[in-house]
Amino acid sequence: MRVNISFSGRMLTIVIAILSSQPVLADTTVSGIDEKRQNELLYFVKHDCGSCHGMTLKGGLGPALLPKTLGGKPKAFLVTTILEGRKNTAMPPWKPMLSHDDASWIVEQLQNGSIPQTQLAKGAQ
Amino acid sequence: MFRSLLLLAALLISQNVAARGTGDLGIVIERADGSVQIVETSNNTSLGRIEGLGDLSHASAVFSRDEQFAYVFGRDGGLSKIDILNKKLVNRVMQSGNSIGGAISQDGRLVAVSNYKPGGVKIFDAETLKLVADIPATYGNHGQQSKVIGLVDAPGQKFVFSLWDAGEIWVVDMSDVSNPEIRKFKNVGQNPYDALITPDGRYYIAGLFGEDGMVLLDLWNMEKGIKRILDGYGKGEKKLPVYKMPHLEGWAVAGHFAFVPAVGHHEVLVIDMLNWREVGRIPVHGQPIFVMAQPDGRHVWVNFAVPNNDTLQVIDTQSLKIIKTLTPGKGVLHMEFEPRGGEVWASVRDEDRIAVFDTDSFKQLTTFAAKKPSGIFFTSRAHRTGL
Repeated sequence: MRVNISFSGRMLTIVIAILSSQPVLADTTVSGIDEKRQNELLYFVKHDCGSCHGMTLKGGLGPALLPKTLGGKPKAFLVTTILEGRKNTAMPPWKPMLSHDDASWIVEQLQNGSIPQTQLAKGAQ
Repeated sequence: MFRSLLLLAALLISQNVAARGTGDLGIVIERADGSVQIVETSNNTSLGRIEGLGDLSHASAVFSRDEQFAYVFGRDGGLSKIDILNKKLVNRVMQSGNSIGGAISQDGRLVAVSNYKPGGVKIFDAETLKLVADIPATYGNHGQQSKVIGLVDAPGQKFVFSLWDAGEIWVVDMSDVSNPEIRKFKNVGQNPYDALITPDGRYYIAGLFGEDGMVLLDLWNMEKGIKRILDGYGKGEKKLPVYKMPHLEGWAVAGHFAFVPAVGHHEVLVIDMLNWREVGRIPVHGQPIFVMAQPDGRHVWVNFAVPNNDTLQVIDTQSLKIIKTLTPGKGVLHMEFEPRGGEVWASVRDEDRIAVFDTDSFKQLTTFAAKKPSGIFFTSRAHRTGL
């Protein structure tokens, strides 16, 4: 699989700063998602999830993926939704492309709002 | 007197510098940066960039009939009118919270936008971008509003569109702009995801996401209602996950065959438009997204959903076989043919570039930088119904 490093050094610093400033995210290191994979996943969320949920995650054909819409939902439910999809909707199962750890990490970022709008809205380089 | 003559001469010269036709121009959407590049197809170069157009993920555009202006429909509900000759933003309105596409009327005076939130269609004066008509896509007994997809223009100052949540097709006649006439076709099928109008403007065909099949509306004989075609095309086959919603546009037509993506099957379906029967299924590399006939109808080019989106395949419309597979790079999002079909442009999002191919030799002719490019739109669309 080709790797896409899609964030500038500065952007990375910002992301890392945000990640390290939020204690909730401490368990992301436990889940073993390294920095390189985190960047791939952020790119994935923005462009591939974004094709239905909007690049800024404010919704499209699929619902918004913002903390206020996802915050109250059980994490396990959201992880399962990503991996298995949801029947009778357009949400497909992403498990061929994402591991359980990947999905958990994405859910954490989405629920915490750790992917800043500025970063989603601005060009990823 | 001499002074004013000089002034006049200076004015003429400066205007001459700007003078240029627009028939070979186009725009490339840079989805992540909210910008569009102005490009030209005579020498395949970029002429500049217009910025500040908002969230352009899934953005599309239509052109004024003089091919000087493009109307860009952004995801964030922004409708931008840009002057591609003078490379500037002319006007911009935020017309909804979340939009998906648009169309320009037969007479070029109205621009319609289809919205997800609030679900419906808004129609604007093409000159001023003033709201002319607001058509909420209300359905059911509780006033729900449906997301609207598959909006196209049709002859007779009509706009046709489909309601994703409601499973309806609406035809709006804007002949009298102060009194839009709406005709609704209900229960057409589950979750229409996109639609096309044939290049002659007669048939509107919507694809269904929730069922294996498509629905057809003959705009010349609307009293006949909706006809189901390709019913159960995937019967007995396991439905594969769809990682990106396919697109339907009028360019799918080559001769009397229409080529459309199967949903949840790695196949392109071939319909004979003389009797609306399926005449073939062509196995392809992944879930097809855009299935586009070359202007001469000889070949059909197909791109794919993630994780197969690094590939383009070319189908020969006589043998219905794949004759070429190209791998331009990850994130091939869109293709656009030069008006006479000699070259095709492809956006390669993850490599931040546009690749231009010769449609005869399939050789890459040139490539140039574009920031996360998605849609490519050439001005020749100005004169085609449904584009």
